[in-house]
This record gives sequence, structure tokens and C-alpha cells, in this order.
Amino acid sequence: MELSLFIIPVVMSLGMSFFDWPLFGQPVFIGLENFGRMLRDESFGQSLLFTTAYTVVATAVLFVIGFSLAALVRANRPGVGVFRTAYFIPVVIGMASASYLWVWMLNSKVGVIDSLIVDLGLAESSVEWLADPTWALFWIIVMVVWKMVGFTMLLLMVGMQSISEDYYDAAKIDGAGVWRRLFSITLPLLKRTIALVLILATIASYLAFDQFYILTSGGPHNSTITAVFWIYKMGFTRFELGYASALSLALMLILVVLSAIQLGLLRNDDG
Amino acid sequence: MSVSQAERTATDSTGRAPKRRTQPVLPRAAFYTVGSLIALMFMAPLLWVVLNSFKSPAELAATPPTYIPEELSADNYIQLVAAGLWQYVFNSSVVAAASVAAVVVISVLAGYGFARFKFVVKSILFLLVLSTMMIPFQSIVTPLYIILKTFGLTDSLLGLILIYTTFHLPFAIFMMTNSFAAVPAALEEAAVLDGCGSVQVLRRVMIPLARPGIVTVALYAFFSSWNEFFAALIFTTSQDRYTLPVMLTNVQSGYYGTLNFGILEAGVVLTMLPCIVIFLILQRYYLTGLVAGATKG
Repeated sequence: MELSLFIIPVVMSLGMSFFDWPLFGQPVFIGLENFGRMLRDESFGQSLLFTTAYTVVATAVLFVIGFSLAALVRANRPGVGVFRTAYFIPVVIGMASASYLWVWMLNSKVGVIDSLIVDLGLAESSVEWLADPTWALFWIIVMVVWKMVGFTMLLLMVGMQSISEDYYDAAKIDGAGVWRRLFSITLPLLKRTIALVLILATIASYLAFDQFYILTSGGPHNSTITAVFWIYKMGFTRFELGYASALSLALMLILVVLSAIQLGLLRNDDG
Repeated sequence: MSVSQAERTATDSTGRAPKRRTQPVLPRAAFYTVGSLIALMFMAPLLWVVLNSFKSPAELAATPPTYIPEELSADNYIQLVAAGLWQYVFNSSVVAAASVAAVVVISVLAGYGFARFKFVVKSILFLLVLSTMMIPFQSIVTPLYIILKTFGLTDSLLGLILIYTTFHLPFAIFMMTNSFAAVPAALEEAAVLDGCGSVQVLRRVMIPLARPGIVTVALYAFFSSWNEFFAALIFTTSQDRYTLPVMLTNVQSGYYGTLNFGILEAGVVLTMLPCIVIFLILQRYYLTGLVAGATKG
């Protein structure tokens, strides 16, 4: 069963991309036309650019904040478990629920975040946050970080805890300050964990769909369409399954290349 | 300095070097203040949505909104039930339960097979399983749709269950193989000596010992299935098949009347609740599983 629901679809995807395959009606063989169309499809290119930009920013923020939180909660002080749990809970609630939560919070009429911002004097008056391309992206990233940073924090924290104290002690004797210890000891020894975190975050960000569908529907003015969103649009609102298949294949290829690059880069650094 | 250092690293009476205390970076007050503030920031949205879901409709429409409800009302939940909430809870539950069951059963059997038995195509199969972990579900949605359509499963819970099961299996098999491989062979041999056949060995020895792994696998399958949105959106089209996340979409689009944030929030709370509760109860398993899966990956 597993083979049939994995391997066959991949092969079919390849096959389907050579057809004009409407949902109803007969598929028509059109050769490489779908691929040609894909290369000329500005929206798809746009969505790839956007997805890449989003991935870079989200991954970077997730890493930096996750790292900072991990450094904060790695100590085994009493009550730290409460902190760790609090930071982690958003991870389990599901991207869809989280997105709807934020849709409400950011609403300019009844949303608490919006009115909080006004009350704190950070803005003149209520803003329709999701209606502005830059702000929409900003808040989506805030939401995603809120939701996922507990995960990166956990992975990094576990990695940190496995670094022997002796290294730090030796460094302190040599007079190394906090930053020096960070760059010379912590980061190098965490390489494998960091690699894992970056790869997972990158792949997950690249495949993002839920939050974009729910928070902005790809808007405003189609500025927040991710690659998967475009595939969804082509395949399931316009029902051009053949074309969507071609797009899916392209996406898969990009991901394979991305992962390969990341693995290669991070493995080379391994002394 | 170095003399006392040497004194301290010298072994104590038991012959072991004394343990060192971790040097915290932050002083205690700062740690707890900062930590608490951050914790508050993380929990705030969740607390807000719960509080707000109990606002009366009148108060909900207030602009600007009140942070804490002035009077509590269960109206939103009542309306949600009227819109057919229980059907969606049922759908989500059935799909989640069935996927979890299927994933656990199959991965236990497969994991045991991979861990203990030698058969000709083992390495190839295992590699195949692993490589399917690399294929993102989003990429094969289109052909999946056609396949399911051929079998008439496109608007059914069974179709969703099949999809979820298939996609959670690779990771689950991977975890179970590791879990079983960690059980010492001696225990199995002892059981065999006592006259147990393969199945009994599995039941009485392996499963109890690999229980943490099984719980972890079950938890992952549950969270993924319960919260899954993309596939549910695509593969359910008639109203009585929707799972909870899809129901939320309809609430947002005003399907059940004009957009009422109150109902939306009530829905969000109900969708989140099982996940949070289950997580808090079974935290240990989830976290160790996550770490184990990540470090071996």
C-alpha cells in the first residue's frame, strides 16, 4: 500500500505532466507543452521567488530565536520545565488553528493585537495589517516563529546539553569571554544539530501552504503566493491537473536540490 | 588559579572526578523575569482566544475590543453546535483514530521485521521507506487525487485515512525499527527458549519494551492527522465529511452566516484543546521521541 501511494504517484506525476488533464473530461496528450508553459509562467516564478524569500527569512529567524531560547532554558534551574513547555505548546496546535487564531488577533476591528498596538502607542490608529504586502509577510513570519520556535529551541537545547562543560571551563581559564566561547565552542560542536534544524526549517518553509491560504489567500494583490499555493490554485481551483503535476515535479526537484546543497555544505565543514 | 583548578579536577575519594555545576549565564532574577515575560508572550494568544470565545456576541462586535470579557457567555459554542460541530468532531476523531491505529499496527510489524529478521530485499526495502520520507506530500497531490478518484474515494473519510496513514508510515517504521533494535536479543532468546513463537515474542517481550516508541509514533500520527489541513481541504468536498480544520475555513468564509469571530474562536479553541491536553499528559513521550528521531536522522 505504501509503495502504491508513494511510488506510483511520483511516476504518475511525471506522466500526467505531459497531458492536459482536466478534472472532468478526457486527458489530452500535449507533450512538453506544460513544461514550456511553466517556464513562461510569471506567477509561478513569482511564487518561487516569494517562497524562497520567505524561507530564508523564516529559517533565519527561527534559528536565531530558537538558539537564544535554547541558551536560556538549557540550565536545569527549578521551574525551567514550565518555561520550556510554555514555549513549546504552540507547536502542537496545528498550523490551521494557529492561522485562524492570528486572523482574528490581527483584525483591525476586533483583534487584540491590533488594539494592543494602538494602545501601546506604536501606531496611530488601527491598521488593516493583512492588507499590506509587507506587513502581511511580517505578521505571517511572526506567527510561524511563534508556532515553530519551540521545536527548534528543543532540538538546539538538547544539542547544547550534550556539550561537555569541560570545554567551557577550559576556555574560561584561558580568559575567553561569552561571545568567544559561543563562536569557538558552542557553534562548532553543534554543527550536526544546526544542520538538522536548518534543513527541517527550510523544507517545511518551502512547502508552506496553510498559513498563506488562511491568512491572506495569497493576497494582497497576489503578493503572498507560495509555490504550493500556486499548485493548489492550478490543480484544485482551475482543475488543470496536468499543469499542476508539472509544477509539482518542479517543486520536488527544487527541494531535492536544496536539500542536497544544504547537506553538502554542512558536511564539508565537518572537519 | 591553576593550582586550585588542578586540586578540583583531581579525583575524589571514590576515584571519580567531582561533578561540576553548570555556570548559568544569567543571574537568577534576570532569568526568571525574562523567562516569564517570554512565556507570557507565547501563551497570550492561546489565553486570549479562550477568553474571547466566551464573550457574548454583542461584546465581540465591539470596536476596539475588550481584552478581557466583561461578561461570559457560551453563546458562541452553542451556535457552533447548531452549525453541526459534532459531525466535524466525529469526522476528525474517526480519521485521527483510524490513522493512528493503522500506523501503529503496520509500523510495529514492519519495524519488528526490519529489526529482527533477515530477508533478501531488506536493505532495499528499508532504503525505499526512508527515501519516501523525502517526498513531500504537497508534490504528489495531483496524481493522488486521480488515484483516489478512480477508486471513488475522493470525498470520503476512508480516503483521508489512507493518505494520512501512508504519509506517517515512513517515519513510524523508522522509529519502530530503532526501538526494536534497541531491545537486547538475549531477552528474545530467553522467550524463545521458554517456548514462545514469533507472535508471542512480539506480544510479550518486544511490545512492552518498545512501548515508549509506540506511544511516540501514535502521538505523532495523532497530531498530524488531527491538525492536517491541505489534504483535508482537497479531499473532502461535501459538508458532512469535513474535518475540524476545514470547518474553520467555512466559518471564516461566512458559510454559516456572516463572519463571526466568536464562532471562529470557539472552533479554534475546540480544535486546539485535544492537542494541548494530550501533549501535556504525554509530554515525556513526545519530546523524547522527537529528540530520538532527530538525533538518529
